[in-house]
Parts: sequence; C-alpha cells; structure tokens
Amino acid sequence: MATENKRKVVIPGEVIAKGDDFLPGEGTEKTDQGIIALRFGLAEEINKLIKVIPLSGVYKPRRGNIVIGKVENITFNGWVIDINAPENAFLSLTEVPRYVNKNGLDEFMDIGDMVVAKIWSINKRGIDLSLKSRGLGKIDEGLIVKINPHKVPRIIGREGSMINLIKNKTRCNITVGQNGFIWIKGETIDDELFSKKAILFIAERSYLSGLTEEVEKWFEQNKEKTK
Amino acid sequence: MAAKEFKRPDGRKLDEMRPISAKVGVIPSADGSAMWKQGDTIAIAAVHGPKKMHPQHQQDPSTGQLRCNYNLMSFSVSDRARPGKNRRSQEIDKIIEWALEPVLLIKDFPNMVIDVTIQIIQADAGTRCAGINAAALALAHAGIPMKGMVSSVALGKLDKTLVVDLNKAEEDFEEGEGATDIPISMISDGKITHIQLDGKITPTQLKEVMKMAKKACKEIYEIQKKALKESLEVKKNG
Repeated sequence: MATENKRKVVIPGEVIAKGDDFLPGEGTEKTDQGIIALRFGLAEEINKLIKVIPLSGVYKPRRGNIVIGKVENITFNGWVIDINAPENAFLSLTEVPRYVNKNGLDEFMDIGDMVVAKIWSINKRGIDLSLKSRGLGKIDEGLIVKINPHKVPRIIGREGSMINLIKNKTRCNITVGQNGFIWIKGETIDDELFSKKAILFIAERSYLSGLTEEVEKWFEQNKEKTK
Repeated sequence: MAAKEFKRPDGRKLDEMRPISAKVGVIPSADGSAMWKQGDTIAIAAVHGPKKMHPQHQQDPSTGQLRCNYNLMSFSVSDRARPGKNRRSQEIDKIIEWALEPVLLIKDFPNMVIDVTIQIIQADAGTRCAGINAAALALAHAGIPMKGMVSSVALGKLDKTLVVDLNKAEEDFEEGEGATDIPISMISDGKITHIQLDGKITPTQLKEVMKMAKKACKEIYEIQKKALKESLEVKKNG
C-alpha cells in the first residue's frame, strides 16, 4: 500500500493499492486485483490519486516544452533539429524573431549548432519549434550536459527550488531543456564544470526523497575542493 | 513408475531451478538493458526506442511495433556456431516477439518501433527463456508501459519424469523415452503468452507441467522484481 507522501519503487504489473479507495492516475491502471503499475518507476499517492513517475525511457515531446536541440539539416525555409525525440523537429524561418538572409540560413545557424527552442505545435507532419519567446535562441558558448529526460523534474525541483540552488551556489546561468539537455553558462570553466558535477549528482539520485537537503550537504562538502 | 528414484545429472531436485542472477542497466548507451544468468546460460538484452520505424514503408500508423533480434554468439557454445542470422534465430526472434507483445502497451507509439536485441553470450540450454526474461527486464527498465512482467522457464520430461529448467546435459538425455522440452512464458498474473513443445507428452502430464511452470515462473518473477528494485538501491549506498 502506498502510504502518504512516501514514494515506493514499483515494477510493471505490481499491485500498488487494493480496493476502491484510490483513483488510478498516470502510469497506472485499474484491474480486478486493484490498481497496478504500468511502468517501472516511483509510485506516489496524492489525495487518493495514485500515479507512477517513470525514471527512464525516451523523451516524449509535449506542446510548450522548452527543448535544447542540435541542427541536423538546413532546408530552404528553416532548420531540421534533433531534439532527442523519436522524431526530428522543424524550426521555420518565420518563427525566428529577427532578420535572417533567406539565401544564407547557415549564417544564423549552421549544422551542428545547438539551439534553445520551444515546441510550438505537434501534428501529424511533425514537431514545429519556435524561437519567439524570451530566453530562446542559438547557444554560442557554455557547456551542455545530457541526462535522462525523466530526471528533469528533479533537476528543476519544486517550483524551481533545486535549479535555483545550483544557480546560486555555482553562479552559473542554467537552462534546462525538457528533453534532457542542460545548458550551463558561467563566468569560468571551473564554475561550469562544478555545476555539471552537481547536476550529475542529482541525476544519479533522482529517486531519493528530500533531495534538496542532500544536495545542500553535497555543496557544503565540495565547496572547498573547487575553489 | 520410476519417478521416485530418478536422479538428475547435476543432482538438482525435480522442481529445482539452476542458480539465477539478474542485473539491470548493464548497457549505458541503451534506453534499457538487463543481464540474465541461469546456471551456465547468460543472456544480455538491450532495448532501443520507441523510435521512428525505419524503413519507412514498415511504419504502422495504428500501432507501434516490437522488433526482436536474438543472437547466439559464436563462442557461446562448445562447437563454434556460425555467426549471423540463421533459420533457428529467426524463429526465436518471432517467438520472443509473440511472448512479449501481449504485455506491451504498444498502441501509444504509432509509427514507432521498439528494438530489442538479445545476445546469448553463454549457452547451456534454455536460451530463449533466458532471453525472454532478460528482454522483459530491459523493457521495464526502458520505461515502456507494460501490463505486467513476462517470466519464462523451460520444463522438461526426462524419460517419464517431469523436471524444471533443463540444462544441456539433460536436453541430450537419451534413456527410455528421451527428453521432451517445453518452454513456457507467463505474465505475472498467470496468463500464458508462449508455450512450445518439442517431443511427446500425455495430457495428464501436461497439466502437471502447467502447475510446475506456474510455480517456477513465480520464482522467476520475484527475481525480476528484486533485480529492478535493486538497480535503484545500489546507487543509494554508493
């Protein structure tokens, strides 16, 4: 039985709760035996609603997600971008909020460049990206770290508590893409590497509860070494 | 019947399986992976995907697809096996797909494919069962929605005695009626996804086989469960 606010590791087919007291949420299903998990992950109960938070798997794009991708190809009216999803995404020229020479798209972004973009729409033809928002655009400098996309919520923390902690402690500017790419930009390379270490530390322990305190402790221990 | 005084070549009890160990997350570059060791049989499974189906003409907009690839490595058996695909491995590919498909909620991934690669790095009978067990673990580890786990075991009849989990020596048993090999796969709730029979058996004995398989699959399920849960706990301490 899932106790309140206590997360439990479950495997597919495992009975999380019996009886009619609970409602099945995301990643669960109601059967004759009770509510069973459909995925490998952490079972959580909030207000009688049981859901399973997956810990692994590929990124599933959603509308409105901020993602970090790599330019795969250039077409006559935009860029094809690999966003670590089953499908490549397309960034149209009309979705770039500045003037770009139509005959020289590669002058703005060439193949291999990284970009922060927003998923603007998902339809049958594919995923469309946009740069028309604050904080979006081409990445010129910094460090990119890749983690599992399902660990992104833990990196951000409740209302951004975790990411703000890292930002404050390392004095780096960090942009987290929902697809598992993280862009770190700091004053010095040492700062950037230190943030990278912190992020990988969190990613490895993403299933622990009370992680923010753990990370604070970790920062206390590792502060001196990097100075 | 001589069932009471029957002795297995390696001294196991009739319903005793070989020692099993399982590990999840053995291949960092895959989306999910697992190792399954059962006696001297070792299988490694890697899951890639869901990803866009390629070649494009095989894409199915109504559902996702499962694609298995079973490979018995050339050094896994005492006589070097010819590397590459052959009739046997193609058949086992299909069988593993059919054994796993019923639990996968694959409809959520239109136009996509889940690739499962199974490598047998050491073979001592029961490779398809070890492969299915490893693949089920790897699929769960890859975070693919599933209705349950699939556990697989090979039952056997040596002369007239029913035994669990044959090894190679038992598979080659030739006294009396010889050996009959019955690989079975089950979902955790007891439903059968795959059963094969190589040899002869009476209906009454087959009923007995199902009972033994149910018990053995339950044991395997517990090991799979433990392996998945341990994959998280290791990091907690380290």
